[in-house]
Amino acid sequence: MTTVFQQLINGLSLGSIYALLALGYTMVYGIIKLINFAHGDIYMLGAFWGYYTINFWHFNFIFALLSAMVVCAAAGVVIEYFAYRPLRHAPRITALITAIGVSYFLENGMSYLYGADTRNFPQVIKQVNYDLWGVRVSNIQILILVTACLLMVLLQLIIKKTKMGRAMRAVSVDPDAAELVGININRTISFTFALGSSMAGAAGVLIGLYYNSIDPLMGMTPGIKAFVAAVVGGIGSVPGASLGGFLIGLLETAVQSLGFSAYKDAAVYLVLIIILLVLPAGIFGKNVKEKV
Amino acid sequence: MVMLEVKDLAVNYGVINAVKGVSFNIHEGEIVSLIGANGAGKTTILKTISGLLKPVAGAITYEGNEIQKQKAPKIVAAGISQVPEGRHIFPGMSVRENLQMGAFLQNNRSEIESSFETVYSRFPVLKERINQDAATLSGGEQQMLAMGRALMSKPKLLLLDEPSMGLAPIFINEIFDIVKTIKEQGTTVLLIEQNAKKALSIADRGYVLASGQVKMTGTGQELLANKDVQKAYLGG
Ligand SMILES: Nc1ncnc2c1ncn2[C@@H]1O[C@H](COP(=O)(O)OP(=O)(O)O)[C@@H](O)[C@H]1O
Ligand SMILES: [Mg+2]
Repeated sequence: MTTVFQQLINGLSLGSIYALLALGYTMVYGIIKLINFAHGDIYMLGAFWGYYTINFWHFNFIFALLSAMVVCAAAGVVIEYFAYRPLRHAPRITALITAIGVSYFLENGMSYLYGADTRNFPQVIKQVNYDLWGVRVSNIQILILVTACLLMVLLQLIIKKTKMGRAMRAVSVDPDAAELVGININRTISFTFALGSSMAGAAGVLIGLYYNSIDPLMGMTPGIKAFVAAVVGGIGSVPGASLGGFLIGLLETAVQSLGFSAYKDAAVYLVLIIILLVLPAGIFGKNVKEKV
Repeated sequence: MVMLEVKDLAVNYGVINAVKGVSFNIHEGEIVSLIGANGAGKTTILKTISGLLKPVAGAITYEGNEIQKQKAPKIVAAGISQVPEGRHIFPGMSVRENLQMGAFLQNNRSEIESSFETVYSRFPVLKERINQDAATLSGGEQQMLAMGRALMSKPKLLLLDEPSMGLAPIFINEIFDIVKTIKEQGTTVLLIEQNAKKALSIADRGYVLASGQVKMTGTGQELLANKDVQKAYLGG
């Protein structure tokens, strides 16, 4: 029983990071129907920003986290502006291939500029382990879970209650009608990239704290898993992405704890395949007709 | 006073010439109706006035300023609001949220509240369904919601694209009555319809459109009485 709780805790902290990442995929897909393959690399940028600012500018955790979110938001907006906006009316596959290109650009650009080696993420917060009835919980795990949940609640409030949030929802369901009520489509899309990328930046700093190691290619696998999480939750659905993230995190730790560590990634893809077969629209997905 | 002047307007979709040099005007306080068969170019003209499409030639002058190069949000801000063909309400948002979207460019809270009151008094059925998902409304209610949403921006000129399309007769009469009231309360209306008889009967003036060109014009009554119009658009 204690192992079950132990894995639950581990799975939830990992899952909350996937959830933060999955939100960016789902929001961008919702608004411009693009799977932003460079999203995992924004998370890598966030981790590197945290690494440098903590090591060299001696930022504390909160400062590193918030500044990483701002920097990644800006990176997301710039990428959209230069790489995706010119292709807004091009066939979808063109934008998709461009996204893969942007991803390679960021990964190799970072390797070229700063070296491809793995670095130890600074221990900005000293790890303390608590023993709760035999279950080991670290302060870092609690911090990750609480931070991620706070950010998700904040995001939900922005989407539900603010004017820009309403604009995002309007543009994602009907861009023409949104323009007709006076919404600036470009500004709304920039805002969406900023929000999604800031969540990825936060996830990058949190994963640095959790795993202690970062490298320029660190965004690839979590990026794909978070994308799977978004699909499982129902791509385009914000609560779906959060739920999907937690599910993937839990699944991964469960597979690991059963002794199949080598297959933890395979298990995630297996779930993707099953979900696509059984629930093509995902858990929270609406089976809306594709617009022509 | 001429409020909107459309001059030699031409609009293409790729190689298709959908609108081929159309001219008409709207005076302040009028209901002007554009009628014509499916594919005549009516929706294209409306989308071009609203800024969703850009013309290849011609000019649109609104209150003395050329607006054909402006983007849609600017045109809404200037006081032109469109109710699109097929209603295009925002599914997944409540009736209230849909209306709130219509006031997107308004920042004054008390003014937005007064717009809500005006819309609810004009469409009491919407008030009964404030919190309902707009997608669950009936066709007629959705049309009212789309009109209410457009009115939330307090437009000077309202563009209506086939508001009676696909509605039960009881709703059709109601919609046309509402259009008349909207005009009486001071909003100028450009009404596009395939239901030419109804549209012309409430219009001050009308233009008959066919294959992207204006074929005829006159007062609503003149067009209703015209033999050719009767034969082509009023079922004999
Ligand atoms: N998105 C589009 N792409 C290509 N052709 C279009 C498009 N929309 C309309 N058309 C064509 O333009 C012409 C005018 O269409 P439209 O303005 O919708 O007419 P109406 O509203 O009078 O029915 C038609 O021939 C139609 O097929
Ligand atoms: Mg039409």
